[in-house]
Amino acid sequence: MLGLERDVALDTSIVGLEMPMGAVGRSKFKTFLLAFVVVMFNALGNLFLAWGMKHSAEPVGLNPLGYVRAMLSPFVAAGIALLILWLLTRMALMSWADLTFALPLTGLGYVLAAVFGKVFLNESVSAKHWIGTLLIFAGVAVIGTTTHQTGLRDNTV
Amino acid sequence: MKWLLLGIIVCSTVLADLLQSYEMKRSGEQRVDARGLAQLLGMIVGRRYLLLSIVCMAFSFFAFMALVQAAPLSFAVPASAATIALETALAKIVLHEAVGKRRTAGALLILGGVLLLAH
Repeated sequence: MLGLERDVALDTSIVGLEMPMGAVGRSKFKTFLLAFVVVMFNALGNLFLAWGMKHSAEPVGLNPLGYVRAMLSPFVAAGIALLILWLLTRMALMSWADLTFALPLTGLGYVLAAVFGKVFLNESVSAKHWIGTLLIFAGVAVIGTTTHQTGLRDNTV
Repeated sequence: MKWLLLGIIVCSTVLADLLQSYEMKRSGEQRVDARGLAQLLGMIVGRRYLLLSIVCMAFSFFAFMALVQAAPLSFAVPASAATIALETALAKIVLHEAVGKRRTAGALLILGGVLLLAH
């Protein structure tokens, strides 16, 4: 696929030069902290965007100008700014940790979406939602016990 | 139509994340202060796989917008969360990440949780 495997094999030989801190240099706590920031940017960005779009004066439909006008709304603009920050911090997170470590952590965003929905939009949260929340926390806890950066360098986990 | 949109979402999201993870691993650990974020912004333009991943994310975003118009949110969200399982498998194959039993179990727990939350 796109020659990734060949390139990856070559990269393992120079990782020591590019990433002197290596697999154990970046503390797992800092990685978790960055993952939390990524999740917060995403959840808040979506909340601002949804709030702004719901309170938009006109439905945007398929009209591109409608989207441009919607972006002038302070809430929508703030939402987009937060989502740009989400993209950049997520890229940084990808450079710190494996995809299979970072990606599941973003599942916490679904929990935050439920919490924000209850707090800000007065949505009801059923028992099933709480069970789902517990499962996500359990999954994050399990993944948190694995090494956060193995990938192309170390296959021992 | 909704299955076509879902296919676009899943394929583009998986491709975007794999490309992004691959390119970011090559780039080394990045800083997250203002200067570091500005450098990341510049990297998107300078690295073709990152640029391609952003294009894929855009496809995924607009397909998701169309999907939630054509199908209930209770279908769109859990269906798109299937990318977690697919990406875990592909990260092991393509990125050679060490996906052991614990990491697989964690991903499955989260997938189950997302499915419950979405209904």
